[in-house]
Amino acid sequence: MFSNIKKSRACNAFYAWVLEMMTPTGKSRSVQAGRQQNKFPTVGSTPASLKLPSHAPYLLLGGGTASFAAARSIRARDPGAKVLIVTDEPDLPYMRPPLSKELWFSDDPSVTETLRFKQWNGKERSIYFQPPSFYINPEELDSVENGGVAVLTGKKVVHMDVRGNKVKLDDDTEISYDKCLIATGGVPRNLQVIERAGEEVMKRTTLFRKIEDFRSLDKVSRNVKSITIIGGGFLGSELACALGRRSTESDLEVIQMFPEKGNMGKVLPEYLSNWTTEKVKKEGVKVLSEALVKSVTYKDDKLEIHLKDGRLVKTDHIVTAVGLEPNVDLAKSGGLEVDSDFGGYRVNAELQARSNIWVAGDAACFYDIRLGRRRVEHHDHAVVSGRLAGENMTGANKPYWHQSMFWSDLGPDVGYEAIGIVDSSLPTVGVFAKATAKDTPKAATEESGTGIRSESETEDTATSAVASVTPAPVVENKDDYGKGVIFYLRDKVVVGIILWNVFNRMPVARKIIKDGEEHADLNEVAKLFNIHED
Amino acid sequence: MSYCREEGKDRIIFVTKEDHETPSNAELVADDPNDPYEEQGLILPNGDINWNCPCLGGMASGPCGSQFKEAFSCFHYSKEEVKGSECIDHFRNMQECMQRYPELYPQEEDKDESTAPSDSAALTSESDSTAVTSAVSSDSTSPTDGQTAS
Repeated sequence: MFSNIKKSRACNAFYAWVLEMMTPTGKSRSVQAGRQQNKFPTVGSTPASLKLPSHAPYLLLGGGTASFAAARSIRARDPGAKVLIVTDEPDLPYMRPPLSKELWFSDDPSVTETLRFKQWNGKERSIYFQPPSFYINPEELDSVENGGVAVLTGKKVVHMDVRGNKVKLDDDTEISYDKCLIATGGVPRNLQVIERAGEEVMKRTTLFRKIEDFRSLDKVSRNVKSITIIGGGFLGSELACALGRRSTESDLEVIQMFPEKGNMGKVLPEYLSNWTTEKVKKEGVKVLSEALVKSVTYKDDKLEIHLKDGRLVKTDHIVTAVGLEPNVDLAKSGGLEVDSDFGGYRVNAELQARSNIWVAGDAACFYDIRLGRRRVEHHDHAVVSGRLAGENMTGANKPYWHQSMFWSDLGPDVGYEAIGIVDSSLPTVGVFAKATAKDTPKAATEESGTGIRSESETEDTATSAVASVTPAPVVENKDDYGKGVIFYLRDKVVVGIILWNVFNRMPVARKIIKDGEEHADLNEVAKLFNIHED
Repeated sequence: MSYCREEGKDRIIFVTKEDHETPSNAELVADDPNDPYEEQGLILPNGDINWNCPCLGGMASGPCGSQFKEAFSCFHYSKEEVKGSECIDHFRNMQECMQRYPELYPQEEDKDESTAPSDSAALTSESDSTAVTSAVSSDSTSPTDGQTAS
């Protein structure tokens, strides 16, 4: 269940060898002498006049997390692979979670430019997976000796010819492929009432998803008096908390409204959703629950949100976080099946839609052998499914098996990680202990010495939880739900688990989901998590 | 003592440390180390190198991926007394390549806090049960393309 020490020795041995090779005295001189300018020009926007490849052995549509993960997987497995990513965004592949979390907490005033952020442990990183020098120019794809990954930005794929194994771009360019991945994600949903509300309202509404949305919302937050977030799920709650924190420094009013009874109402059992809502309020957010928007108007330089129960909210700017519409633009031309229950392209357990076409990430409705057909909109799933698609595009034929996880932080004091199906309509069993000051996301990353939670989960495998010698002081908590584990059940089998303020235990959770067994006593299962320890 | 309450379909149990001290009697299914579906570590059961291992970061997929693979393969299969001693040329090719991309493969000399962005940590699915240790931290001379790809 836990890490295999044998594997780490191989890694260690190699790096020890590399270190040794790099330390002889000659190295410094050769490094100075050998340092050259990067031979390849950095990737910028691609002028139409240069010759783009007419064929890409591996063509990846969409330039997000799933696509990048697939690109890396393909390059790792197929030596010299030539991979072309086509994206309608102007940006190179980047990770999305910090756009609604870490970037908002940065002290650096130029963060909207650099998109870098310092973690609590001082480590800094960019949201971009790789700098421009990692990529090759699309025009060089055919000629470069050892292959590489090229990114064609600002181009949309408008037509797919499955029989001819080629796609057409919005500038009428055609690119043929051997293997194609569709990883086009989706676009944020909007409320009909806002779409119908006219230009003045739409101008003051942000549909949040991309870098440009982060930049514009950041600017807005410095220039208005009141922002209202519509939506009580992950994105809405995270943005609310991020803006709420900002509101303490300025006189910005932050309102969050949603139809459910509490934050994360579709995910957390009611008692926990209520607890979470109180937490969100403490972050400086005015929460309006059970709020259904009837209409939105622009009047006297303010937006007026009329709720169905008669409440009226006046605000300057709206952020809609009401879900994602998966992109299935190519279904018609490509003759690809779309799933009517979950949306997205329908693919099998190996993520394949049709011959030579795979789908990964938010747009993929796939067959999960253990949990059934589903579609998942989380970062880690994009990574897992992107990697898997890349493996299968290079001949692996593996089904989706390694269960992805997700996480959310509501400020530095409360965080949870989850895996599987966590739907609040399922019966749940929650096992809780009292929290101490040590049980926060901040403490978890400080202890593991890494920045982002996803890093910490990956890196910290060789060590298992160690009980602290001196008991940590118990924090005075009105709430009972300091830390614990919540099981989601379907037909008596655990299909989802939330680790509530308990970190670095995901391997155990993953194992329980994978087994798919009926457990008579979930308290016994909860013991496996050592929730009382760090 | 633990106590329990129900709120509709949701059950809530509160447990003390003592309640959880006795070992769990929950039964877990034994893992098959050769399960082809499972995520593999750096070395596959048959002894081959798993180039897609997240622990390698982007090493095998970047611009110097081919050189890296050759160097590491040579080292891995080396049977010499001083392991890898016959791989100097491969290593040199790798190093030369990496010097062309200082942003991706920072050398010790110009290492500072804001090193090249790494896709490894961002990309690695949490707890791929591959062993990743901090034997080579980001401050070392590791030629990795980022912080924690050890």
